[in-house]
Amino acid sequence: MGSEENQKLNAREAWELDYQKASIRDDNFETMSGVPVDPVYGDDLFPGQYPYTRGIYPSMYRSRLWTMRMFAGFGTAEDTNLRFKELLRNGGTGLSTAFDMPTLMGRDSDSEWALGEVGRAGVAVDTLADMEDLFAEIDLSTVSTSMTINGPAATLLAMYVAVAEQNGVSPNQLAGTIQNDILKEYQAQKEYIYPPRPSMRIITDMVKYTTAEMPKWHPISISGYHIREAGSTAAQELAFTLANGFSYVEAAIAAGQNVNEFGKRLSFFFNSHSDFFEEIGKFRAARRIWARWMKERYGATDEKAMLCRFHTQTAGVSLTAQQPEINIARVGIQALAAALGGTQSLHTDSFDEALALPTEDAARIALRTQQIVAHETGVVNVADPLGGSPYVEWMTDEMERQAEAIFAHLDDLGNGSILEGTFNGIENGYFVGEIADAAYRFEREVNSGRRIIVGVNEFTDGDNPENRNLLRIGAETEEYQLKRLNDVKSKRNQEHVNEALSEITAVANDPTRNLMPAIIDAVKTYATEEEIANAMEVVFGTYVEKAIV
Amino acid sequence: MGDYQQRVILAKLGLDGHDRGIKVVARILRDAGMEVIYLGLRQTAASIVAAAEEEDADAIGLSMHNAGHLTLGPKMASALSDAGMDIPLIIGGIVPDEDVEELMSAGIAAVLGPGASAEEVVATVQDAISARDEA
Amino acid sequence: MTSSSDSSKELFERAVKGERRSLGRLLTSIERGGNEAEIIAGLAHQVSGNTHVVGITGAPGSGKSTLTGRLLKLFSEAGEKLAVLAVDPSSPLTGGAILGDRIRMDDLAGEESFIRSMATRGHSGGLALAVPAAIQLFDAAGYEPVIIETVGVGQVEVDVAGAADTTVVVVTPGMGDAVQANKAGLLEVADIFVVNKSDRPGANDARRDLELMLDLGHVSGLEQITGYRPPIIMANSLDGTGAEEVLGAIKSHAEYLHNSGTIHNRQKERLVKEIQNRIELLIGLTADGVLKSELGNRHITQVLDRKISPAEAAKSIVRLLLKD
Repeated sequence: MGSEENQKLNAREAWELDYQKASIRDDNFETMSGVPVDPVYGDDLFPGQYPYTRGIYPSMYRSRLWTMRMFAGFGTAEDTNLRFKELLRNGGTGLSTAFDMPTLMGRDSDSEWALGEVGRAGVAVDTLADMEDLFAEIDLSTVSTSMTINGPAATLLAMYVAVAEQNGVSPNQLAGTIQNDILKEYQAQKEYIYPPRPSMRIITDMVKYTTAEMPKWHPISISGYHIREAGSTAAQELAFTLANGFSYVEAAIAAGQNVNEFGKRLSFFFNSHSDFFEEIGKFRAARRIWARWMKERYGATDEKAMLCRFHTQTAGVSLTAQQPEINIARVGIQALAAALGGTQSLHTDSFDEALALPTEDAARIALRTQQIVAHETGVVNVADPLGGSPYVEWMTDEMERQAEAIFAHLDDLGNGSILEGTFNGIENGYFVGEIADAAYRFEREVNSGRRIIVGVNEFTDGDNPENRNLLRIGAETEEYQLKRLNDVKSKRNQEHVNEALSEITAVANDPTRNLMPAIIDAVKTYATEEEIANAMEVVFGTYVEKAIV
Repeated sequence: MGDYQQRVILAKLGLDGHDRGIKVVARILRDAGMEVIYLGLRQTAASIVAAAEEEDADAIGLSMHNAGHLTLGPKMASALSDAGMDIPLIIGGIVPDEDVEELMSAGIAAVLGPGASAEEVVATVQDAISARDEA
Repeated sequence: MTSSSDSSKELFERAVKGERRSLGRLLTSIERGGNEAEIIAGLAHQVSGNTHVVGITGAPGSGKSTLTGRLLKLFSEAGEKLAVLAVDPSSPLTGGAILGDRIRMDDLAGEESFIRSMATRGHSGGLALAVPAAIQLFDAAGYEPVIIETVGVGQVEVDVAGAADTTVVVVTPGMGDAVQANKAGLLEVADIFVVNKSDRPGANDARRDLELMLDLGHVSGLEQITGYRPPIIMANSLDGTGAEEVLGAIKSHAEYLHNSGTIHNRQKERLVKEIQNRIELLIGLTADGVLKSELGNRHITQVLDRKISPAEAAKSIVRLLLKD
């Protein structure tokens, strides 16, 4: 009894020491009515303490609010550059880039596959010239940039490094994240180029390169977002995402990397859906599981390598095309769950996204929504304000229990390796099958009316389809981009391009060499994204998903 | 007519990889007693025409989420008519209401927007097939 | 149907000339069964008997579709114009089906090849008639070889695959897959065994199990009669390991069939089986009709009145029918 009492005192004392070391924002930290509040309540476990269920920092949002990172990208690089500058002016603190489908798939704008998709769902990047336009007049040494790209991630990272160099910014000054989470592509998002194993080799090369050259860069953002969007449950999102994380850790360890080094630079990306407490339980469980596995299974000793830092985006799939303006309320509730779950950064969806790409007005409202959560609700004053609630603690435990059952299955599939279990689960359709089952179950519930979606199967009055102002990307984007690509191709030194591409193929053939330097050299010759992808494809082959519906 | 096993091809045309909706639709149609020939991702107009010939499909469903429907939808419709194939083409996914008319005039038989119920999905496919059969 | 204007004969002539759409339409008629299907099968039968039929079967998840894809590629690269009939089960509840095998084959098959997905459609009699008719149709249209891929779960699927000239049975390591396959009757119809996913632990055990079963004569009773022992090939359909060997084994088996003359037995067995299936179907249909007729009613009344037994009634009806 006495020693237990002591431990509790010690936990609080330890937290107090940590808290005092933290720099705290200049704010009153009192309620709207003037009642002062403590930085945290409870007496068992404190934020910033292993296993970090209550948050990864002792002071949480008292030190720093989450980064309001709004995903943007459409049309040409110049169009997106304007949107970036607008977001920075409006108080956004990080850039997040959406690429168009051809770019995401390693195809150039003049590929026959690109027809109709150039600049539609994101910005088109074919060569370094487009990247130069995309970040024109933005100081890359001060912003943090997130790039959502996976299959051809190495090429886009190389372009970013090259643009920075042109502006006198060295790789070690660059802060940001590249999604680069290929495993979830096979499971959910389906934007892969090569088969899983060669893809892991590219990622391992990127981890090695960034660990050595780009200390402020997060080389993988392990993403559950797309798994959830594809229809998984909250627990599946949690489990598949963390299992993918374990897989990258196992691959990096196998490649001789130090778990304490690269572990610090892994980050996560989760979905915040509409079931409020389930989401909060999921976020809390994610931190606890990750810390335990990093410490106990992978032998991390540096606490920073045990922290599950994550970005959150509200659930695009929850947005309805009917009465789209009510999506603003959904996004607000989901944003609140992310804040209560302790996220490090947040993208709030625009209400019109079920219909088309967001208009500028809708994107502004979405940013304002999270600003309301941050500045008006008071939830940022107290770390993990729901911790200790019997329901929230139970939900956290339940999410963990379900996730552990899935890890056990994968461990079994891989004979003691989560990485092999994940490869096997991709190969035998386990992930896509589970996700499709969950998606279908949800649809049946909605369809039978057992699950109410406001505006869709209940409360449907008031929809006004005539009165919608949607963002349209015209054909001129495609024409412009094709012309731009042609210009770049006609001006570059073709001999340099060919040499650089042959070098990539040579390095791809030699697993002991790192692909990154060769790719950086190639982008500087204005080799196109597709040319670089093809230079590796001849060695690595392509991937076709098996039909599991 | 109409009392025969209907065979429907489902495919994603182009690079768009969003396949949650098309997989749900595959199950909805199966559960309505249809045979679904699932072609999956990254199909071209030519590969869909070839599959439709070999499978003697009664209808083709395309799922589109990348705002490419006004380019790819008509392209698919004309590929079918160039091949002399009279098979109803149905587009589902994120298609704004105001684009529906343009798609219909380009030869698309029906458009299923976001949030269509299972009954609407099945009825739309069946109606498109009957309209073709009666023509 | 728009096809009503085209007679099956016209479609058949076009299909034989290489028009794929006509072939597609004929396959639909064959699947639907009935008179049209009989006419088409009859036309095809007259000019068939040339192609080599390869059956590929295995448990769900054994990787047989991927292996089929690999074989397609090899056959296509060798310039063969082949046809694939990919058979998958229908939902017993709704009669619908999701047929997804093309995905693993499309990119691998050459332009000339023809892939058709077929659902089992619940009634086994239908499949047992439709598959041989489809084979004859592909044969008539000049496809060589014809590959039938089925999930080796039910008796009908096993029969369908087993009716091929060369039957390839795919098993995977672990969980006593070979033993399971044996229970399903799959091993008895095998001319070639493939242990897929040979990189997995237990692959060698699976091979040993199969060798043992062959040694004990538990499977493929052929060996005792003919001296042909089914080869066991270790493969990994993901990276293509073993696919060439499977192709080689199919060719060797075809040679063996031709050199030993066994091919005629196989073809005869297949046709006899088809006749038997058709007799059963006809008798079944006749039985349905008779029971609703005056003759049937008379017998039913006598059975209900306990004057004769059901067995006596059946014998009496069959005797009367056969007199016609």
